[in-house]
Amino acid sequence: MPLSWLVLLVLALAAAGYFIGRIRVLKLAGGDVRALHSLPIYYGTNVALSVAVPALAVLLVWLLAQPTLIERSVSGMIAPEMIPEGSNLNLVMSDVRRVADGLNTAIAGGAMSLAEVDAMDATVVDVRARLGELGVALGQDVRPEVLAAAKSYRSAAVTGNTMRTLIVLALAVIGFGISFSKTNPDYRARNVVERAVLALLMAAASLAILTTVGIVLSMLFETINFFGLHNWRDFFFGTTWAPNFRGDSELSILPLLWGTLYISFIALLVAVPIGLFAAIYLSEYAGPKTRAFAKPLLEILAGIPTIVYGLFALLTVGPMLVNLFGQSGSLGVDWMSGATSVLTAGVVMGIMLIPFVSSLSDDIINAVPQAMRDGSLGLGATSSETIRQVVIPAALPGIVGAILLAASRAIGETMIVVMGAGAIAKFSLNPFESMTTITTRIVSQLTGDGDFASPETLVAFALGLTLFVLTLGLNVLALYIVRKYREQYE
Amino acid sequence: MYDTEKLGTDVNQTETKISARNVQVYYGDTHAIKDVNVDIDAKAVTAFIGPSGCGKSTFLRCINRMNDTIDVCRVEGDIKIDGEDIYDKRVDPVQLRAKVGMVFQKPNPFPKSIYDNIAYGPRIHGLAKNKAELDEIVEKSLRRGAIWNEVKDRLHAPGTGLSGGQQQRLCIARAVATEPEVLLMDEPCSALDPIATAQVEELIDELRDQYSVVIVTHSMQQAARVSQKTAFFHLGNLVEYGDTSQIFTNPKDERTESYITGRIG
Repeated sequence: MPLSWLVLLVLALAAAGYFIGRIRVLKLAGGDVRALHSLPIYYGTNVALSVAVPALAVLLVWLLAQPTLIERSVSGMIAPEMIPEGSNLNLVMSDVRRVADGLNTAIAGGAMSLAEVDAMDATVVDVRARLGELGVALGQDVRPEVLAAAKSYRSAAVTGNTMRTLIVLALAVIGFGISFSKTNPDYRARNVVERAVLALLMAAASLAILTTVGIVLSMLFETINFFGLHNWRDFFFGTTWAPNFRGDSELSILPLLWGTLYISFIALLVAVPIGLFAAIYLSEYAGPKTRAFAKPLLEILAGIPTIVYGLFALLTVGPMLVNLFGQSGSLGVDWMSGATSVLTAGVVMGIMLIPFVSSLSDDIINAVPQAMRDGSLGLGATSSETIRQVVIPAALPGIVGAILLAASRAIGETMIVVMGAGAIAKFSLNPFESMTTITTRIVSQLTGDGDFASPETLVAFALGLTLFVLTLGLNVLALYIVRKYREQYE
Repeated sequence: MYDTEKLGTDVNQTETKISARNVQVYYGDTHAIKDVNVDIDAKAVTAFIGPSGCGKSTFLRCINRMNDTIDVCRVEGDIKIDGEDIYDKRVDPVQLRAKVGMVFQKPNPFPKSIYDNIAYGPRIHGLAKNKAELDEIVEKSLRRGAIWNEVKDRLHAPGTGLSGGQQQRLCIARAVATEPEVLLMDEPCSALDPIATAQVEELIDELRDQYSVVIVTHSMQQAARVSQKTAFFHLGNLVEYGDTSQIFTNPKDERTESYITGRIG
């Protein structure tokens, strides 16, 4: 039975169970809802859940496990000496799967009978031509051991699928039977459903956490591969970034880290004062009407895709800065030669970060109790004195947290620096020069057409992991500071 | 100067510090204070009593224009301090608040050291020429706030680390540090325990010889204990105003009597 049918059947059974459960419990209670422990929908939901959850859970596990198990048993049939020169087990196994698929198609289409397939012998029949007629294209002639493996692969899969269908259906029916027999007016169906809801919520939460762990692990393994091919001392302490696709590259993170931090610093230099002042205006001075339209407007900045900021950097801010600081520019200083520079990327990234800083600071400033302001105003302080000497010091830990969050955004930002910062890795203090960042190098190392197993490509993972550790550290620090601050007023 | 005793003395000889005429306060469409006329004596404690929501705190906040910080609030009528209209356009509310100090319901020390809490006002208004003078002001204010002995060894510890009663006395000392003429207190003891309350009440009684104190309170016993004059507010009206002894022993208005005997409120 095809998979979709199986799932639909289980769901249909669950839906039927829902109505049957409701009807049964109402009947047992003599139609009086007040005699029930729970509302009828809970009895129905309980039956439906008992039908669907174990059956679908087993189905899911089966779907994940069966291919691996079959693959393992079949790959045992291919001895190492049967693998052709220049190939490997994976390639042979993918041939096996294709042939097995082809045989399945042939049987399903009625072109061959089961017996014909079993009797087929690669030494006699040209399997490639035969399957080709049926629309299954194979890259090379099918060797006898591949055909044999494909046959056993196919039959194992067929057996597995049949067993899968039977077991899943059996589970659904058993679940139905048990929950149906339990359904009586005293049964605490509501509590069972509550537990199911709890399990659902916990599953969602753990999935999010596990994904993070998975990301870290996948990066970690590739990073370990990288350090197997490249000296870690050069990566962390070298001073040159010069990837060379013929090998023998110098891959050091330091110049990239310098570019990243320099651009982030300029971005914060733009974002922190503007964002903070905007937050102070919005929370302390603006009337409710101004606030009602100004705050969402400011937050629109946060909704602009970063690629659009990148375009803005490349096409507007960069040329504008060249007009100011470039040769024959209005300042006549000839400091800047191209549109891409640290300053371009930094300024545009700063604009992007304004809403982060302002929105978070605004919330934090608002959390400072009104009693503080009253106390200060009552002593004859002006609004700005109150803000400078009472509100900001009280909100400072939270504001620092907001700035750190913005910094971690800046460090991880990619699109703006790809388009605005340039591609030259170097140590320089001149903000009018092109520089490059960790994120842009990850993009260029991974999107090149180099060998995936070369250190030049794998360095992207090491860079990514370093970046991740950096931003994670900043985030943890920021959250720690913000949380510590929150406790003060509770 | 006027050595009045707490209860039952003649207070007619005192001068008027604050005089309010036809004061109306609106919060948006709500008419919170209706036509209040009152003369508050200098160097005496005046208590505002009345049930919750009767407008006594609102009226108190009119006296140092703290209501200006609330957008929807509108004040009409005249309030004069020493004959000067405080709602005149030429009056700077910031200067006014330095002259009319305020202590709030909940102790609200700034998240700074005890020293900096007290020095806050003097620093803003430039009352001290140098560090030594500032030290002197801080000590004097803390002594006046009857808390010096408890904190003199830890002036640089955070003010928020004190107990509730100490915090409130710190706030009173902070208000005193700017050398105000009038001290407004908005239920200063409502967040304190009985012992701390007794200490603060004692302090209020001492403050009377230098300042005009106006205190809003929910506790009629407190009003009777600390004040020389009492004003009873009800539903935004000033129902009765007179000597505390007279209000509590021989109220003229039926509503005052009902309130002090516990029948309304």
